[in-house]
Amino acid sequence: MNEFAIATRDLVKEFKTNREVITAVDHVSFQIEAGNTYGLIGPDGAGKSTTTRVILGLLSRTDGESRVLGFDSMRDMYQIRERVGYIAQQFSLPPNLTVMENMRFFADVHMVSPENQKQRIPELLSFAGLSDFTSRLAGKLSGGMKKKLALACSLVHEPQVVMLDEPTLGVDPVSRREFWSLLGNLRAEKGLTIFVCTPYMDEAERCTRVGLIYKGRMIVDDTPASIKTKIPGHLLEFSPSVFAPAIQLCTGMDGVLEVQTYGDKVHVFVDDVPSRRAQIESSLDAQGISHDTPREIEVRMEEAFISLIRREQESSLEETVLPQPPQSSGARR
Amino acid sequence: MQLNFQRLTALIRKETIQILRDRRFILLFLGLTFVQLFVYSYSASRTVYHLPMAVVDQSRDPSSRALIQALVNSQYFDATVYMDSEAQARQAIDLGQVKADLIIPPHFAADIDKGSANFLMILDGSDQFAVASGYNAASLVAQNFGLQLTAESLARSGGLPAESSGASLPIVASAQVLYNPDLNDRWFVLPGIIGMILQTLAIEQAAIFLVRDREWGTLEQILATPIRQLELILSKMIPLLGLCLLALGMSVGLGVFWFGVPFQGSLWLYFWLSVLFIASCLALGLLISTRAMTQFEAETSALIFMLFGLLLTGLFYPRIGMPLIPQLIGDLVPLTYFLRISRGIYLKGIGLNFLWNDALVLVLYILVVVFIVSKRFRMRLD
Repeated sequence: MNEFAIATRDLVKEFKTNREVITAVDHVSFQIEAGNTYGLIGPDGAGKSTTTRVILGLLSRTDGESRVLGFDSMRDMYQIRERVGYIAQQFSLPPNLTVMENMRFFADVHMVSPENQKQRIPELLSFAGLSDFTSRLAGKLSGGMKKKLALACSLVHEPQVVMLDEPTLGVDPVSRREFWSLLGNLRAEKGLTIFVCTPYMDEAERCTRVGLIYKGRMIVDDTPASIKTKIPGHLLEFSPSVFAPAIQLCTGMDGVLEVQTYGDKVHVFVDDVPSRRAQIESSLDAQGISHDTPREIEVRMEEAFISLIRREQESSLEETVLPQPPQSSGARR
Repeated sequence: MQLNFQRLTALIRKETIQILRDRRFILLFLGLTFVQLFVYSYSASRTVYHLPMAVVDQSRDPSSRALIQALVNSQYFDATVYMDSEAQARQAIDLGQVKADLIIPPHFAADIDKGSANFLMILDGSDQFAVASGYNAASLVAQNFGLQLTAESLARSGGLPAESSGASLPIVASAQVLYNPDLNDRWFVLPGIIGMILQTLAIEQAAIFLVRDREWGTLEQILATPIRQLELILSKMIPLLGLCLLALGMSVGLGVFWFGVPFQGSLWLYFWLSVLFIASCLALGLLISTRAMTQFEAETSALIFMLFGLLLTGLFYPRIGMPLIPQLIGDLVPLTYFLRISRGIYLKGIGLNFLWNDALVLVLYILVVVFIVSKRFRMRLD
């Protein structure tokens, strides 16, 4: 496992409460090669943050193995912390220090020499677009700027690996895009290994490799492109006038593999596009449900994600309720 | 255990900036010191003067009037009201109009001549300090009064030269009270109160400090850096130590210049032993904060030590009279040791040769508590 930037094998993390033992991370294994961007995706409470924290040694490990740059998460906790940049999920820089004081603080605790600080801090601040805000209190920055400051602070010691726990949570779309382009530059220029937890599927598409985690278990671990090809069939999209009957109608139909909802649209996975499109249209017409013409669309991570989670739910046979979209909660810690 | 100077100074600088930037906190901190010092000092007087007294004088002769005058002259009693019967006077106590009744039976002067005079003093037992003061004062006054009468009658019978009344008694006890010649309660109480205030502030602030990082979420980000445990612990203690020393300086200054309690000993020694005391309180506070998950929990736990400090350390109530278990609990409170140090240096002016054992206990206390904190506080979130 040592040649990988980050690697886990059968990683287990249990939380003990008074009444029960909750398995937040259940035998998760993956490897990340140096220089890659790895996205750990999954619904809220799937175990993404817990996995990240255990890898960093911020939480104790119940079982299994986890290493960063060859260092064991538990035994070599400080060696890891010296070489890794981390952004916690919630904003957690000291809010009553200014931007500059925060940068200096994190540089000092990572033992960056004063000469290096003089060069690197202005560089990072301009890279993060914070040069004009050096004397502003961190707590008074906007959501996007806070995240950029956190990124700048986590990079001040030139880490080989950064681990970002939902770095764009609560950030507007423009800032999100900016944040990701910063990450892209870093990877290109410095060969940084990036580990990112995210519930956003568009962010997952930017990763070289994606791990889908659900209820503490790793469901798939592959490139975004090959994850999408794992979903059988073709995808048809249409908007019906009434929702529930249309879904009911499609669900039982021959050749329909899966039905999902997407906003005011219905997504139907079918084995063959032309014949099933006609079949769906005629059934809807027969029921008097007005609709637009079903179009074939490309399978995105979102659909793949829902489909994979649904199959996981069905195979585990634990769920008696209807499958739920990824926005709603899965297993909660 | 690794200690890196750059990391430690960065952490201390961060904590100091955070404290200095919180104006309200500093004002509250120093303001609380100020208020506590005044409230405790002015309220801590345990001698009660001018107790309102009902007088039932059934004798009405020169001797009974002399007795009443003697009691009033002692400053401990005021003859507030004259009444006719003991029952009336008792009712006055029931109603809270007076704290004491003086009942002088008929034929007081005649009884004195026979040598069998007595008078009755009734005290309001629901008021502890009034009883204690009144009881002592009444006994003392009666004793003096009696002595004086004895001397006078001796003189009259020619046994003694009768130059003036009660001129010379065979034995005169001349007691000298050291360190506090006027028996001023405030003198006795002030050095202890300074310790009490410091202990309260230090424990409470240290208890909150780590919890606040946890509540803000900054603890997670700080733990993700290579900061070592001892560095984190020290960085929490050192800025608060500075703040507590500021409060100490302020308290001693007020004690000397406002309350007029002269500082007898070495300020330098007092400073260093106070550093030990404050550090032990801060360590105790950090111990609380390793357990407490919220500020409320931390503050409530800190309150318990304030209570122990007030009641079990000898601040107001002597430890000698306490049962074993309260004494043992008192042994766990740093103030117990600092009280002897503070009173010793401040009032008596004694040196380390008398105080070394208390100082040693404080050093051990710090080491043990910091050790427990380091065992309890893992550099992890769970």
